[in-house]
Amino acid sequence: MEKRKERIDRGIKARSKDIFALSSYREMLYLSAPRLIPILGFLILPLVLGVYWQKVLLSVAVFVLLAISWDILAETGMVSLGQALFFGVGAYATGVMNHYFGFHPFVSIPLATIFGGIICTLLLLPVLRLRGIYFSMVTLIIPLMLVRVIEATKIFGGTEGLTGMSPLPSIWVELYLIIGVMLICLFGFRRMLDSDFGLVLKGIRDNDRSVTNAGINIYWYKTQALFISSSIGAFAGAFMTHLYMFVGMPVFALDYSILPIAAVVVGGPGTLAGATLGACILVPLSEVLRGFGGLRIVFYGIFLVVFTVALPEGIFHYIQRKYNQFERWVEVDK
Amino acid sequence: MNQDTLLKVINISKSFGGVQAVRNISFDLKPGELLGVIGPNGSGKTTIVNLITRFVKASSGEVMFHGKKINHLPPHKIIRLGISRTFQMVRPFYKLPAYKNMIIPLYSPRVKNFIGGKYGDRDAIALDLLEEVGFERDSFVAYKPAGILPQGYLKRLELAKAISLQPELMILDELFSGLSLAEVASIVPIVEKLRQKGIAIIMIEHRLKELFKIADRVIVLNYGEKIADGSAKEVMASDDVKNAYLGTEA
Repeated sequence: MEKRKERIDRGIKARSKDIFALSSYREMLYLSAPRLIPILGFLILPLVLGVYWQKVLLSVAVFVLLAISWDILAETGMVSLGQALFFGVGAYATGVMNHYFGFHPFVSIPLATIFGGIICTLLLLPVLRLRGIYFSMVTLIIPLMLVRVIEATKIFGGTEGLTGMSPLPSIWVELYLIIGVMLICLFGFRRMLDSDFGLVLKGIRDNDRSVTNAGINIYWYKTQALFISSSIGAFAGAFMTHLYMFVGMPVFALDYSILPIAAVVVGGPGTLAGATLGACILVPLSEVLRGFGGLRIVFYGIFLVVFTVALPEGIFHYIQRKYNQFERWVEVDK
Repeated sequence: MNQDTLLKVINISKSFGGVQAVRNISFDLKPGELLGVIGPNGSGKTTIVNLITRFVKASSGEVMFHGKKINHLPPHKIIRLGISRTFQMVRPFYKLPAYKNMIIPLYSPRVKNFIGGKYGDRDAIALDLLEEVGFERDSFVAYKPAGILPQGYLKRLELAKAISLQPELMILDELFSGLSLAEVASIVPIVEKLRQKGIAIIMIEHRLKELFKIADRVIVLNYGEKIADGSAKEVMASDDVKNAYLGTEA
């Protein structure tokens, strides 16, 4: 007997999707739980974790921001292999402002976010016309190039980097600042992608000629997406600078480019929530695997392969489907 | 410049590498006129559309719209002037419901100019426009993902997208191709209605019978050259046209 899987929307989903006349606490909970659980989780976690895992949480949040930044660009059809560019430019921007001009972190971080965004946007502006792998290659090269520029010209401390940055006032400020920004980015930009503006961005990814045919300047919209994405990345970099009280060439390392992509692939692209989930799995996993020493990367790699093969859609899409639909096996009509 | 001319194409040429796709073609179009462009496959019909809207850059020649040269403008600016086009290969956003496909053209700066910066619900305008091209309001068709709609509806969707820009000139690239006779018959009145509104239309078409019923004037292309220009009857009487379509005896 041949059978096929049938997926049906749960009644509660059909009722609560467009019609906002919710009739019970159960339905309200159905809608709000997926949003409240991560919010409350992130707000409570710092209180219950030990010092070591608090540091890991900071790192998770930074990678979540980078993954969100990557996902926004990818939704606009620009696959970046160089989130490290955004991260590094933000890190150096705040480093220079703090080191040479003595700006307080609360001033230099926001300024670095905006200026980092502007600098990265200007750097990539000439290549916005490139599509697909050609754009990716350029983004991959620019951060590697900037490392060599710093090494050769010895600006901003050269290979030594800049040390003695002002730290943020306390670990609690650090934790809640980055978690607050992360949650705002996650929900804010998720909303943006669902808006008509977001639809135009996705339209550029799927069929840019059709968007041009509406009299819309796709390069202007790509520039906006690039600025948003690079500002998020620059914020993450600026934050890390004040966290480590140091900025140097490692900020352009490949890790900051590749790990966000891995996070999005594991978590599921296109939703930003998937990016968040992915980073929340991969970064702690890498810490847990530290016990394996040299074999760590091997296990990490196996995990990535298993996940991408077993759940190519990403964990978030899988969970979302299970949450919204139930499945049953039915006989195939002959 | 004569005010009676909406669009003027002057000696336009385009070659792709060694292939001369379009060679010294000139024609003009009056407001409200329906011009048919016909020709065998590969005769340069779609290239002409791409040259007018500058999705492809011309090798030489000029395009004037309302007496102003437009072929130095980028495509999105040309569209904003009031020229809209459909594509031969419809590529909607398959996962989105049909009415959501309308959001992007409705987001256009040109539409904003007409309706005013803030105009509330784009979804509602989208549904109105879709009804105009034959998406029945009482049915669920407009809410279905574009990916599962039949070709007829996709062509209508493409047409609705072009209408939503409130153009003065619409270029319909093989709107009837891939449609059944019944589907064509149901779209023809929509095109006629657009023309009654005073919109000039250029129709690129292989379905000659249907085209000749509605076209004011027809130009015929062959190997990138214009071989005939006139009313449907005149054009079909031309020997060049017969040769192009049927071939010559050796």
